[in-house]
Amino acid sequence: MSIDNSTVKKVASLARIEIKSDEEDTLIKELNNIILWVDELQKVNTDKVDPMLSVFNESMPMRQDIAKSNYSNKLIMKNSPKSNSGFFVVPKVVE
Amino acid sequence: MTEFSKLSISSAIKGLNNKDFTSVELTQYYIEKIQENSNLNCFITPTFETALEMAKKSDENITKKKQRSLEGIPIGMKDLFCTNGTRTTAGSKILENFIPFYESTVSENLWNSGAIMLGKTNMDEFAMGSANTTSFFGNVINPLNPKSSKNSELVPGGSSGGSASAVCSGLCMGATGSDTGGSIRQPASFCGIVGLKPTYGRCSRFGMIAFASSLDQAGPITKTVEDSALMLQSMASFDQKDSTSSRKKIPNFLDFKNIEIKGKKIGIPKEYLIDGLNSEIRRVWDQGVNWFKSEGAEIVDISLPHTNSALPAYYIIAPAEASANLARYDGIRYGFRENEKDIKELYEKTRGKGFGKEVKRRLMIGTYVLSAGYYDAYYLKALKVRKLISNDFEEVFKSCDLILTPTTPNVAFPIGEKQTDPIEMYLNDVLTVPASLAGLPAISVPSGFNDEMLPIGLQIIGRPFDEISVLSAGSMIERLRGF
Amino acid sequence: MEYLIDGSMNKWELILGLEVHAQISSRSKLFSEAPTNWGADPNSQVDLVDCGMPGALPVINEYCVEQAILTGLSLNARINKTSIFDRKNYFYPDLPQGYQISQFEYPIVGKGFIVINCDGVEKQIGITRLHLEQDAGKSMHDQEVESSFIDLNRSGCALMEIVSEPDMRSPTEAAEYVKKLRNILRYIGSCDGNMEKGNLRADVNVSVRLPGEELGTRCEIKNVNSIKFIQQAIDYESKRQVEILESGGSIKQETRLFDPNKGETRSMRGKEESHDYRYFPDPDLPPLVLTDEKINKLKKTLPELPDDKKKRLMSEFKLNDYDAEILVNDKDIAEFFESTVCGRDGKIVSNWVTGEVFSYLKRIEKNIKESKITSNKLGGLLDLVIDGTISNRQAKEIFEDFIDSDEDPRKFIQERGLVQLSDMNEIENLIKSVLQQNPKMVEDYKNGKEKLFGFFVGQVMKVSEGKANPKIVNETLKKLLK
Repeated sequence: MSIDNSTVKKVASLARIEIKSDEEDTLIKELNNIILWVDELQKVNTDKVDPMLSVFNESMPMRQDIAKSNYSNKLIMKNSPKSNSGFFVVPKVVE
Repeated sequence: MTEFSKLSISSAIKGLNNKDFTSVELTQYYIEKIQENSNLNCFITPTFETALEMAKKSDENITKKKQRSLEGIPIGMKDLFCTNGTRTTAGSKILENFIPFYESTVSENLWNSGAIMLGKTNMDEFAMGSANTTSFFGNVINPLNPKSSKNSELVPGGSSGGSASAVCSGLCMGATGSDTGGSIRQPASFCGIVGLKPTYGRCSRFGMIAFASSLDQAGPITKTVEDSALMLQSMASFDQKDSTSSRKKIPNFLDFKNIEIKGKKIGIPKEYLIDGLNSEIRRVWDQGVNWFKSEGAEIVDISLPHTNSALPAYYIIAPAEASANLARYDGIRYGFRENEKDIKELYEKTRGKGFGKEVKRRLMIGTYVLSAGYYDAYYLKALKVRKLISNDFEEVFKSCDLILTPTTPNVAFPIGEKQTDPIEMYLNDVLTVPASLAGLPAISVPSGFNDEMLPIGLQIIGRPFDEISVLSAGSMIERLRGF
Repeated sequence: MEYLIDGSMNKWELILGLEVHAQISSRSKLFSEAPTNWGADPNSQVDLVDCGMPGALPVINEYCVEQAILTGLSLNARINKTSIFDRKNYFYPDLPQGYQISQFEYPIVGKGFIVINCDGVEKQIGITRLHLEQDAGKSMHDQEVESSFIDLNRSGCALMEIVSEPDMRSPTEAAEYVKKLRNILRYIGSCDGNMEKGNLRADVNVSVRLPGEELGTRCEIKNVNSIKFIQQAIDYESKRQVEILESGGSIKQETRLFDPNKGETRSMRGKEESHDYRYFPDPDLPPLVLTDEKINKLKKTLPELPDDKKKRLMSEFKLNDYDAEILVNDKDIAEFFESTVCGRDGKIVSNWVTGEVFSYLKRIEKNIKESKITSNKLGGLLDLVIDGTISNRQAKEIFEDFIDSDEDPRKFIQERGLVQLSDMNEIENLIKSVLQQNPKMVEDYKNGKEKLFGFFVGQVMKVSEGKANPKIVNETLKKLLK
C-alpha cells in the first residue's frame, strides 16, 4: 500500500494538520518509507493470535459516585487563548 | 568541604543528615552548575527560586529530624510532568505558555519525599525522538565528547535527553524520565549513566503528558543503581487517578542489595545480535556475560523470535495512540493558537505551526493506520504482533530470571546525524522497544566504553514487577565493571 | 393498522430505527468527579478530563456502570461480561479531548427488546445494544456574530446510547417506543427522561421502501428532543424521501437536523467528511469485566417494571387493560395509585385517578409530585365516599377546592355542611312524606310504570337538599314501594 498525494491530504485533514505545499513531497516520501517499513509485519503469521490491547492485566478500578468541584472556572480558563464571560470562544461554528 | 560533583543521592542523604552541608548549599551549587552549563540546554524552565525555598524547608526538616526519604535532594523534572504553577511544555511550541494548575502524581510523590525541583528538563517534543533534536526549545548537548575530536558535539539520546545530559554533567543529582520505547534507557546509555524503566503500571501516569498511553512509563535517571532504587521508591505508587496504575505491593527497592546473582539464570537472546550491532558494543555485551558467570549466574541461550517485528509494531501502535492523545492540542482551551475565522482552519494552522516535523509525521502515520480500510492491516496486526512479542518474553522467563542485552546498537552520535531518514533515527530504539511493548522492567547500566571513550550501556530486562532483580543485576555490573 | 405513505405513484413503507441518548442520573460524571448539576455557571463543573487537560486520565464511575446494567436488564437484554471502551476520534470545539470515550465493538449491553402498545396492539421492538459514553460540551452560537461560545459543564456526563433495531413502521410507533423507553428508565431511575433539558434525546434513522423490497438508504436526523418533534421530523423526512424517489432521484445517506420552527429537516453541513472516526480501544482504560455475582446482585434490586406492574394491577385490582396501561405509563402515577388504593376499592381509586386527578393535573399543568395531591388526601376523601358520608358527586364537586386547602377531609366537608344523610330512619321519614304527597304516582308505579322510580329518588334528594345517601334512598324506596 502506498500513500499518494490525495491520501496525504485526506489524512492531514482528518488529523487537522496544515501541510504546506513545499513540505508535501518530502512528507509523502517519508510516510511511504515508514509505511513500507512497517509493512514487514504482514509477513508475521498472526492467525489465531488475539490482539493485545494492553499489558496491564488488573481489573478496572471504579470510583464511587461522589461529586467534587476540584477546579474553579478561573482555573479551568486560566490558560485559555480566548474567552468571554466564563466561556471558551472559537470562530463561529456552523452546523 | 565536600566535593559535590562526585556525590550520589545516597551519599548526599548521609551528608545532609550528618550536617556536613545543607540542602541550600547543595541546591546553590547545582544552580550555579546549571547556569555555567546553559550551553548544554538541559533545562527548558529553571525553577531556582522554588528550589531554594524547597531547600530551606528541607534544611528545617533535617534540623527537626523530620526528614523524608529524599529530603533536600535537588533533581531535574522532565518537562513531560505537569507541575502546578510551573510551565510545562512537553518540548513543544503548542504548550509553550501552558501553566498547569495540577501536579502529576510522580512529581507530587517526589516533592512529598523532600526532593527539590531545580527545573524542567528539555526533551524531544512530546517524547517523540531519540536524540533530543525534536525539542522546540532546541537540541540538548551531550557533555561527553569523542576522545579524538573534543569539539564534536554529540546527542544525549532521547527523549529524556535533558534529564540524561543534566545528570551526566552533574547539573542535578538525579532526574525523572519517561520511557515509551526507550526514552529513559537509550539516553542513559548515551550519557554513561543509569536509567530505569519500571514495569508498566508501577508509576502513575496521572499528570504525565501522554505520548502512547499503553507504553508510557515514568522512571529515574541517576548516576548509580542505588540512586535509581531510591528515586523509584518515591515515584512509584498506586494511584486512584490512573486506571492503569498497579495495585501490586510496592517492595522496598533497596532490598536489591540482598538479592544474590549467584544461581540466577541469565538469558542471552540471540535475536538481539542484530545486523549493525556495533562490534565494540558486542564486546561489552560478551564482557557482561562473563561478569554474570564470574558471580555464579547460569547463562542461558534464549530465543525471542519476534524481536525483529517489535520496532515496526511499535511504530504503528505508538503513533496510533499519539494521534488521539495529541488531538486535544487544538488551540481552544490552552496552548498556542493561530487565530483564524474558520474553525477548521484554526485547527489546521494551530496544529500545523504548533507541532514540529517529527510529531506531525507520527500523527500522520497514526491517523493513517487507524483510518477506514487500514485499521486491520496495520493497527490490529500490530496489536497481534505485540501479543506474540509479549508471549515470547513470557515463554523465556520460564527458563531464565533476567535477560541481558545491549541497550543500543550504537553509541552517541554527532548532532545533525540521522536527520534525513526518520527510520534511521527509529532504529536507535530497536533493542529497547521489545521490553516496552511487553511492559517489562528494564535498566540500562554503563558497562564499558568504545575506543573513543564513549559510554556503552547494557540492558537488563526482568519479569513483570521484578525491578528488584533488575536493580541487583545492574548493581553487580556497577561493582565489576572497574570504573 | 398498516401505516403507508401515499406518494403520487405508490404507497411506501416507512422504516424507523432510533438511537436514544439517555443521560444517567449520577452525581458525578462518567470519568471524572465533576458534578452534573443542570444550569450551573459556564465551565464551573469541569474536571481535567472534561476539558482535555494534558495528563488528565479517566476513572470510571461505578454507579454509571450499575445503571447501564440495570437498564440492560430492564430491556430484557444480555449483559456482556467483558466490554471495552474505545476512542471515537473527531474534532469539534465542544469535544475537548479530540475524541469521545465510547464503546464500539464490545458494548456493555447486547441484544434485547421492549414491548410497545399502539392503540391496544402490542408490538415487540428489538434493542440492538446499549453502550456507555461521554457526552460532549455545549456550543452556543447566539452570543456573538462571529464566534461561538463553549461551555464544558455537560462534557463528560454519562450517557447510555440505546440503539433499536429498524423495527418501527410509523411515527406513532416511534413515539410509543420513546415513551415506553423513557418510562422504563424512570422506573429504574437510571435517567430522569427529561427531554427539555436534553437528558433524553433521540437520533432517528428514517428510510422508505416499497412494501416487500430491500431496505432503502437511510438518513439520520440528529438530536431530536421531544416526542412531538420526533413525529414531525419523521413525517417531514419520510415525505421528502418519497418525493425524491418518485421523481426518479436517489437518497443520499447523510446526517440531518430537524428545525422545529419550520417543521423541516435539513442537511448538516460539514459533518460528512469527518465520518472516519478511527475507533480504537482506549489505552487509558482496561476492559470492563463484570462478574455474575455483581449482575445477579443488581438484578435483585430491579424494581417492578411497567409491563409486570400492569399485569399485577389488572389481576389484583380487577382493572381493565386500558386503565391499567394509563396508570403504569407514569411511574409517579402508578406509585400514587398504589399507595392510595391500599385498603380501598381498586376500581373506585382507578376511576378517580384517571378521571379527577388527571384533569386537575392537566388544568394546573403540573405533574403529581409537583401538585398538592397526596395519597392521604385523596384516600381520606374517598373514604368519606365509600362509607357514605358524602356522595361521589359531592366529592367530585369539592375535589379541587379540597386539594387546594390543607384541611382534614372530614372537617372540610363538615365546614361546608356537606355531610351526607345516611340515617335510615330519617331517610325513611323523608321517603314516606314524598310518597304521601304523590299518591297518584305511587299508584301508577305499582301498576307497572317503573320509570317513575327515578322521579321518587329525585324528589327525596331534593327535599334532603342533596344530602341523602343515594344508596340508602334506593334501597329504602324499593322496600317501601313493594
